[in-house]
Amino acid sequence: MTATPTDALVPLTRTPLFDHHVAAGAKMVPFAGYEMPVQYPMGVLKEHLWTREKAGLFDVSHMGQAYLVSADKKHETAAAFLERFVPADMIGLGPRQQRYTQLLNEDGGIIDDLMVTALDPARHPGVLMLVVNASRKDVDFAILAAAADQTKSIRLVPNRQYALIALQGPAANAVLTAMAPAAAAIPFMHGERIDIGGIAAHVSRSGYTGEDGFEISVLASDVADLWSRLAADDRVQPIGLGARDSLRLEAGLSLYGHELDETTSPIEAGLAWSIQKRRRSDGGFPGADRIRRELSDGPRRKRVGIQPEGRAPARDGTEILSENGDKIGVVTSGGFGPSVGGPIAMGYVAAQHASPGTPLNLMVRGKPLPARVVALPFIPHRFRRQPDAS
Amino acid sequence: MALERFTKDHEYVRLDGDIATIGITKHAEGQLGDIVFVELPEVGRKVDVGEAIAVVESVKAASDVFAPIAGDVVAVNEALTDSPALVNEDAEGQAWFFKIKIADPASVEDLLDRAAYDAFVAENG
Repeated sequence: MTATPTDALVPLTRTPLFDHHVAAGAKMVPFAGYEMPVQYPMGVLKEHLWTREKAGLFDVSHMGQAYLVSADKKHETAAAFLERFVPADMIGLGPRQQRYTQLLNEDGGIIDDLMVTALDPARHPGVLMLVVNASRKDVDFAILAAAADQTKSIRLVPNRQYALIALQGPAANAVLTAMAPAAAAIPFMHGERIDIGGIAAHVSRSGYTGEDGFEISVLASDVADLWSRLAADDRVQPIGLGARDSLRLEAGLSLYGHELDETTSPIEAGLAWSIQKRRRSDGGFPGADRIRRELSDGPRRKRVGIQPEGRAPARDGTEILSENGDKIGVVTSGGFGPSVGGPIAMGYVAAQHASPGTPLNLMVRGKPLPARVVALPFIPHRFRRQPDAS
Repeated sequence: MALERFTKDHEYVRLDGDIATIGITKHAEGQLGDIVFVELPEVGRKVDVGEAIAVVESVKAASDVFAPIAGDVVAVNEALTDSPALVNEDAEGQAWFFKIKIADPASVEDLLDRAAYDAFVAENG
C-alpha cells in the first residue's frame, strides 16, 4: 500500500479512535494526511483471514462524508445537481438506496470514486449522503461546493463531526443485529438511520472487502463507545489498512490513486456497470463523449486481474509485457492474497490482451515473471443481496 | 562457539571456520510482518559487500537482503522458497537465507556485535 504523499510540515490528523488503536497495539502510519492503524498485533495476514471467516472492524473515519441538501427538499433537485458531475443515475436512486459512482473531469477521467445514498425522505427529504476518499475529499468538496454556491438551490455540508467505521465479514450481520435488530432488514446497497444500543447511526450494507457487512456513520463523540461494544464481541477483531488493502484487492475492487486517476475512464476501469441506461443514452455528465465512445467501440486499455505464476508478488508500477516482449501495460496494485494463498495483482493492459487466460510477463527486478490475465474478483463476492425474511 | 555479528541492515552473520551463515534478524522479521516470498541467490555466485543478493517480501512490501561480506555463495536455504513463513517463526534459527564462503574471515570482526546491534535497534527503531 502506498500512502498518499503528505507534506511533512502538515501535522497528521487523528481520528476519534486514535487512542483505541494505540491502546490495542496498532502500528500507526501516515495515510492521506491521517495517522491510521496499518495493522494490529494479529498482523495483516491473520487480520485478512479473520475478516473472511468472522468479522473485521475497520476505522475509516479518514474518509470524507458530506450531505448535498436541496433547498426545496426534493430528491430530484439534489440528484439532478449531482448528475452534472457523475455518470450514475441519481434521479432514479430510490429512498435509502445507495449507489457507487465517480466524479469525472471534462476528459472523462476519474477525480474520485464515491458512494451516494438518498437519505430517508421521511427524515431528511432531498438529502444525498456522500462518502468520498480521504485523499480526495478536499478536491471533491471544493468542486461541489463551488457549483452549489452558483445554484442557490443546493448546499454542500461537509459532515466533519461524524466518524465512520466498517464491520465486514460473514459474522457482521449477526454481530450488528444482536445490538441493533433493525440492521437485519437493511438490504445490500441501502442505508438507514437506526439505533445501535442507544447510539444514533446511519448504517449502510456495503463495504470494501467483498464480504457482507456494514458501514456505520456516527457522531465522533459516540464512536469510541460503539467501537468498544462491537470489538467486545468474540467474533470481532480490529483490522488495519494493510488487510483492508489485501481484502479489496482479492475482491477486485479499485483503489483511488492506483486503479483510478484523472486519466482513467470508468469504462477502462471496468466500471461500466455503474453507469445506468438513461445516463448512457442521454449523457449530460463530464466526459460523456469519451465514455459513450468507449462504451460503443471499447476502451483502448482495460483493468484486469493478474495471477503471477510462482510465488513472487508483482507490486504497483511493475511493467507488463506481452508474450512477444512488447510493453502493454502496468500493474496498479499487487501483493499477496492471503485467501488466494499466492500473489495477485490488478493492472491495465492494452484491450487486445485483456481476455482471461492471456499470457503476460511481469518485469520484476529486471526479470520477466510469467503471469496470466484472470477474471475478477479473485475471491467470489459474498454480498448479502436478500435481507432476512422476518 | 561460532562468532556472531550483525549489520545495520538487520542481518545476522554466524561464522563457522570460513563459512558465514546469514539471515535476517528477529527484529527485521517483526518489522516486515508476515513474510510471503523469499528469493535466494544462485549457489556459486561471487558477491561483494553491500550487494543486494536476496529479496524478502512481506504482505506489505519487498525488501532487499544484502551481502554483509564478500565471498562465494555456497548454499541457500531452499526451505524458505516453499515456506516463506518460516522466517516469521524462526528468523535467527531455521530460517537462515544463505551461506557465504568468505574471502577474508577477519572482515566479519568489523560488523556489529550483539550489544552494538541491540543498541542500534533501540536507537533507530
